[in-house]
Amino acid sequence: MITRFLWQGMDRNLRLCVLLVLAVGIALPLANLILAATNPAHVPSWVLQLFGKYLCYALLALAVDLVWGFCGILSLGHGAFFALGGYCMGMYLMRQIGTRGVYGNPILPDFMVFLNYKELPWFWHGFDHFWFAAIMVVLVPSVLAFALGWFAFRSRVTGVYLSIITQAMTFALMLAFFRNDMGLGGNNGLTDFKDILGYSVQASETRAALFFASAVALALGLIISAAVVSSRFGKALTAVRDAESRMRFLGYRVEGFKLFVFVLSAAMAGVAGALYVPQVGIINPGEFAPGNSIEAVLWVAVGGRGTLVGPIIGAVLVNFGKTWLTGALPEVWLFALGALFIVVTLLLPKGIVGLWGQMKSRSQARKARAPA
Amino acid sequence: MLFLRPASVLLSVLASLALAGAALAADLATLVGNLASGGLSEREAAITALAASGDERAAPILEALGAGQLYTRTSDKLVVIGKTEGNRLALTEAVSGKPAGNAVEADLERVRVNNRLRGTIEAAVGSLTLMSPNARTRLSAADALFKRRDATALAALDQALAVEKDPRIKRAMSEARAAIVLATSDSPPAQKLAAIALVRERGDRDSLGILKTVAAASDGEVKTAATAGAESIEQTLAAWQMAQNVWYGISLGSVLLLAAIGLAITFGTMGVINMAHGEMVMLGAYTTFVVQEVIRTSAPHLFDVSLVIALPLAFLVSGAIGILIERTIIRFLYGRPLDTLLATWGLSLVLQQAVRSIFGSSNREVGAPSWMSGTFQLGQLNITYGRLWIVVFALVVFVALILLLRKTPLGLYMRAVTQNRPMASAVGIRTPRVDALTFGLGSGIAGLAGVALSQIDNVSPNLGQGYIIDSFMVVVFGGVGNLFGTLIGALTLGVVNKFLEPYAGAVLGKILVLVFIIMFIQRRPRGLFALKGRSVE
Repeated sequence: MITRFLWQGMDRNLRLCVLLVLAVGIALPLANLILAATNPAHVPSWVLQLFGKYLCYALLALAVDLVWGFCGILSLGHGAFFALGGYCMGMYLMRQIGTRGVYGNPILPDFMVFLNYKELPWFWHGFDHFWFAAIMVVLVPSVLAFALGWFAFRSRVTGVYLSIITQAMTFALMLAFFRNDMGLGGNNGLTDFKDILGYSVQASETRAALFFASAVALALGLIISAAVVSSRFGKALTAVRDAESRMRFLGYRVEGFKLFVFVLSAAMAGVAGALYVPQVGIINPGEFAPGNSIEAVLWVAVGGRGTLVGPIIGAVLVNFGKTWLTGALPEVWLFALGALFIVVTLLLPKGIVGLWGQMKSRSQARKARAPA
Repeated sequence: MLFLRPASVLLSVLASLALAGAALAADLATLVGNLASGGLSEREAAITALAASGDERAAPILEALGAGQLYTRTSDKLVVIGKTEGNRLALTEAVSGKPAGNAVEADLERVRVNNRLRGTIEAAVGSLTLMSPNARTRLSAADALFKRRDATALAALDQALAVEKDPRIKRAMSEARAAIVLATSDSPPAQKLAAIALVRERGDRDSLGILKTVAAASDGEVKTAATAGAESIEQTLAAWQMAQNVWYGISLGSVLLLAAIGLAITFGTMGVINMAHGEMVMLGAYTTFVVQEVIRTSAPHLFDVSLVIALPLAFLVSGAIGILIERTIIRFLYGRPLDTLLATWGLSLVLQQAVRSIFGSSNREVGAPSWMSGTFQLGQLNITYGRLWIVVFALVVFVALILLLRKTPLGLYMRAVTQNRPMASAVGIRTPRVDALTFGLGSGIAGLAGVALSQIDNVSPNLGQGYIIDSFMVVVFGGVGNLFGTLIGALTLGVVNKFLEPYAGAVLGKILVLVFIIMFIQRRPRGLFALKGRSVE
């Protein structure tokens, strides 16, 4: 029943997209592992790592789109949920280092030995188990989103005020995580990981598996989002976006809708962060920077808000551009990014997907006009 | 009162001259001769005699002696003061103070002192400066004695007290005397009690230290008096500390006010989320930098007025760029606040990178003119001139802005367009032009803020980023569309921040303030002073 519920939410394009994501998730790692390095179809490990990163970003973009595109909540703090998920995973990975750290302490990670910690802070307990960390990856961002959303939506903080609050939240978290007293590595963050589930994070098999996991997570995110959006609940959600007061007058509890989708989105962002950290090998407070969250919003805007495929296209395209430009013309990157913000909001309010739709409807209109 | 002060200074000068005349009987030259020739005990006698002579010229000689710079020239037994100049010593005749050529160390014999003598010398210099005709010297000598509590200086201090006429210096001297009395364990309790009363009245951190040691070291009446005194000083000091915190808070608040006030116009009255606001501030700061560079290379004598020159220029630069932005980007996005937010964020990235490409990413040096450097004391408050001027400047900008909005036709148009755009348009106000000017005004004020902030912050391409979130917090906290709300919001946040700092540390304090504002907005989504009526939404 659940599968039917999930499956019927998707139209043909979306099914295609999910299958495509899964196909990439299988093909790229295989091309990396099986084919010889001399084979022209061989995918080098760094490409795999790069695209693994993009997949995580795409999931984050999808999460942002879910609240912004379908519920009209512009969150400028989704980077915080992403980073929190990443920190949970990072804590698990730190505990897996064991005695292989520089100081060889079996319990305390290196930075704690360095900062003269005598024992593990309370919130580090349990993170030596993967299942615990995995729960926390979803739970911590969700709880934060719930707390913030509960207060904000009930007191009807909307529009730019909510955006500013979320931005302040991620800014405050960034300042907090930069402190050494937090017990989370201060400004160096968590790094120098060794193992995940007993496999070395450096091994190409592990990397391939992580890539595949990211693809699966993204596909799952797509399926869940599609199910939510196309259900009756999703219709109400879109109605909240378009006419919040009217929904209220019709008797809907608007804040409940918003809260649910906000928490769901935060959990997705947390998962994205958790998959991101083992692939890049580090998590530090810089991930909380307000600029990161706003950039994630740009991916959505570029791809097309209010569509499910759009944010994935946007995230991959913008980040591919970023990788290429920061390598080739580092000076130009910020100009390009800034210009992209302006151009997209001024000229492409519906993003790339919207542009495609526009052109299609235009050509249809032309066809319709032709016989007359 | 006005003529009393010069008169008293004159009197004290006359008194010290008379004293010096009497002491001149023991000739300075002879004493200096004794100083250099005899053994250690004779040397000590000579120092005391020099101190008693009250001769102005003796002080530098004794200071040189204490610093090991007093020599006898081997060739003619002349006593000289030698100051190192390259690998030779530049000499001055000790008695007359005339230059006496230079010499290498081998041609000179140093007048030796030991530690005990050094103490005597210090006391002698102290008492000599107590007699100085210069009021400032006497005052600082008394203050130094208060801190050193040197019992050997007691006689000299009494002597100086007897002839001192300036009430302020007299007070400082009696306080120093009280401190010495308290430091001497065998002084009679009655004297000690009087001394405690005096020190208690002085009421600064040093007095607290003195009273605490006295309370610990003595018993009976003296102990109770000292303890009570220490407590009362602690209370006044806590009050001063509070006042100091309030001042720091006001100072921080004025910075926040400067950064936020332009935003209060663009966000508050136009509803435009200008994420590039911080970059307008940054442009103002860089304008100041450029102005100072030009002045440095072409007209260095104008350096002190560089900020005054920079102010209108910064206003024009930021304002012009603001108008340009409004005309090319923002006017297409009215009614779409979230899109405005994204577009202006992109703009801020472009502006940052542009400045980085032109000026480089490192911090730029912006100097402070002489009238903005230095500090002064107000009671126990330490106030730096730079901060004081920024507070004054923030208030001036605020008042000017209020007047502009209330008393000029432009302000009238702005308010009209804010309140009811179609109606304003219907009565013939050119609303697009007013929009552009309003946005330009907000940006221009950000530029002015940049001039002030260049004095206290690093002028780098990231300057604006540090203020943008704070500014939004201030505007939202104070109530959007309400300038007085912005003023109150900025000062409140500044003071709260500074009061949290001692307990929580700077970073945690800031985090707490952010959390507080987040909670606050949930309670009152429209800020402290919410607009009521038709202009809402």
